[in-house]
Amino acid sequence: MIAGDADTVGWWLPTWTLWKREMVRFVRQRSRVIGAFGTPLVFWLIMGYGVGKSLRLPGAAESTHYLEYSFPGAIASILMFTAIFSTISIIDDRKEGFMQGVLAAPVPRTSIALGKVLGATTLAVGQAILFLFFGRAAGIHLHVVTFIASFAVMVIVAFSVTSLGFLIAWQMESTQGFHAVMNLFLMPMLILSGAFFPTSGAAKGMYYLMMLNPMTYGVTLLRAAVYSGGTVPTEGWGTALVVSVAFAAIMFWSLIRTVTRESTQAMH
Amino acid sequence: MSDVVAVEGLRHQYGERVALDGISFSVAPGEIFGLLGPNGGGKTTLFRILTTLLPPTGGRATICGHDVVRERSQVRSKLGVVFQSPSLDIHLRARENLRHGGNLYGLKGRDLENRIENSLGRLRVADRADDLVKTLSGGLRRRVEIAKCMLHRPALLILDEPSTGLDPGARFDLWRNLQELVEAEGTTILITTHFMDEAERCGRVGILDRGKLVACGSPSELKSRLGGDCITIVTEDAVSLRDLIEAKLNCITMVVGQTLRIETPDAGRMMSLVLESFQDRIRSMTIGKPTLEDVFMHHTGHRFDGGLEG
Repeated sequence: MIAGDADTVGWWLPTWTLWKREMVRFVRQRSRVIGAFGTPLVFWLIMGYGVGKSLRLPGAAESTHYLEYSFPGAIASILMFTAIFSTISIIDDRKEGFMQGVLAAPVPRTSIALGKVLGATTLAVGQAILFLFFGRAAGIHLHVVTFIASFAVMVIVAFSVTSLGFLIAWQMESTQGFHAVMNLFLMPMLILSGAFFPTSGAAKGMYYLMMLNPMTYGVTLLRAAVYSGGTVPTEGWGTALVVSVAFAAIMFWSLIRTVTRESTQAMH
Repeated sequence: MSDVVAVEGLRHQYGERVALDGISFSVAPGEIFGLLGPNGGGKTTLFRILTTLLPPTGGRATICGHDVVRERSQVRSKLGVVFQSPSLDIHLRARENLRHGGNLYGLKGRDLENRIENSLGRLRVADRADDLVKTLSGGLRRRVEIAKCMLHRPALLILDEPSTGLDPGARFDLWRNLQELVEAEGTTILITTHFMDEAERCGRVGILDRGKLVACGSPSELKSRLGGDCITIVTEDAVSLRDLIEAKLNCITMVVGQTLRIETPDAGRMMSLVLESFQDRIRSMTIGKPTLEDVFMHHTGHRFDGGLEG
């Protein structure tokens, strides 16, 4: 602990005010809802009804509709897209001086990370819950237990992907760079997570890639939560829970380290 | 009272490039201290160090006696910082920005709301409190930002080229506001600028060029130190004319770009002497009291706009 850190304003007030800013900004920029919520919804409906029952997924019951199979994957997409759209603003914040103002305040660095990550997590989980209702309307059977279990899992997954998004955005010079990383890294992470096709049918190399992908465990966990006792098999949720919590912890820890270190160095 | 800012032998290097080359100065309470210098002179580096965002590679700087490296948090709570790029969130209302800023300094509740009213009133933006910042002009945004930075009543308000992008009217307002803050609250102000007329308004000015503090004092002091008048001669070949004049008239002459400058205690006599001998080589000749620009050229040997001689 550095001697000078004793005199800060505490961590909760700055965390809370940064969280609140995320909420207000989201409400005032309605177009963001379209990107983060509308896109996965439309894709899910198109793919779900388009593929229908033409694909029989290994391990799944014969009657499994693709709409139903890809439902947890669509939730994962919402969590991931919201995380991306929320954290991309960090790049502009750093350029436009807003973040400089925060960094020059007597605020613990942990609060800066936590306020943003919790804000983005709230938005992601809020939209994912809304999506659960869409699923219900589309005929997917959901218990009350499902909602509670899903909520817990969505918080874990959202927290880890927003931390990851923050970590990437913090080191980016431009939003264009962020888009490149998104296409090259975050999208494959989503596609190779079992969200759209199961790991068991993938080619060997791809299978190992999928098993190394932390999002795979998040999707497994989402699937287990959404279909507690449903038609799609959900083995291995114990492992998935351990990996997902560990992933969230590691991401946030890396983020704190980066923000603390970076704030003492030059920014351009 | 002890100094609000004390800088001793401050150095900073970005790799091989020396941005600050051992500078020292201090700012007393209630002073408006201006750091004048061309872009790339080291102003922004110094600003980052004083606002604790960049640890220097050498030397020492304190704010109200607190070291900017070892006691960052104490320093941060004493500072109100206005960055060159506005630190307001344009999607929030002016009042929401102030509330957010106040929270970051540990202020909350009724106390914070009172301070927000006072601060917006003092900067004359109370009537725009509930407008979204993106609907405000550049000048109004600056005032809202200063109002935000004054909420926690900082010992030092530090501003990095705050007039960038402001029209002359808004610049005038900005300075009136800053002077009022000094008079009403006893705030100490450190401001960086590359405008000569702004430097003229400061109580004291430090001239920063290529990482060195080449002169420091009140504007009138700096100008009178030059003594007498400045003659500026426009000519075809400044270098050869300089050699001729120096050989013949035994005076201090300097080539600045295409012009020749002579500092002299008796301009009238000097002008007639120069005209007598070199009339055919002179395109124009002007005489004036030294300005801060002359002070800058005197100390650095080059023009303020960064154009180096030769």
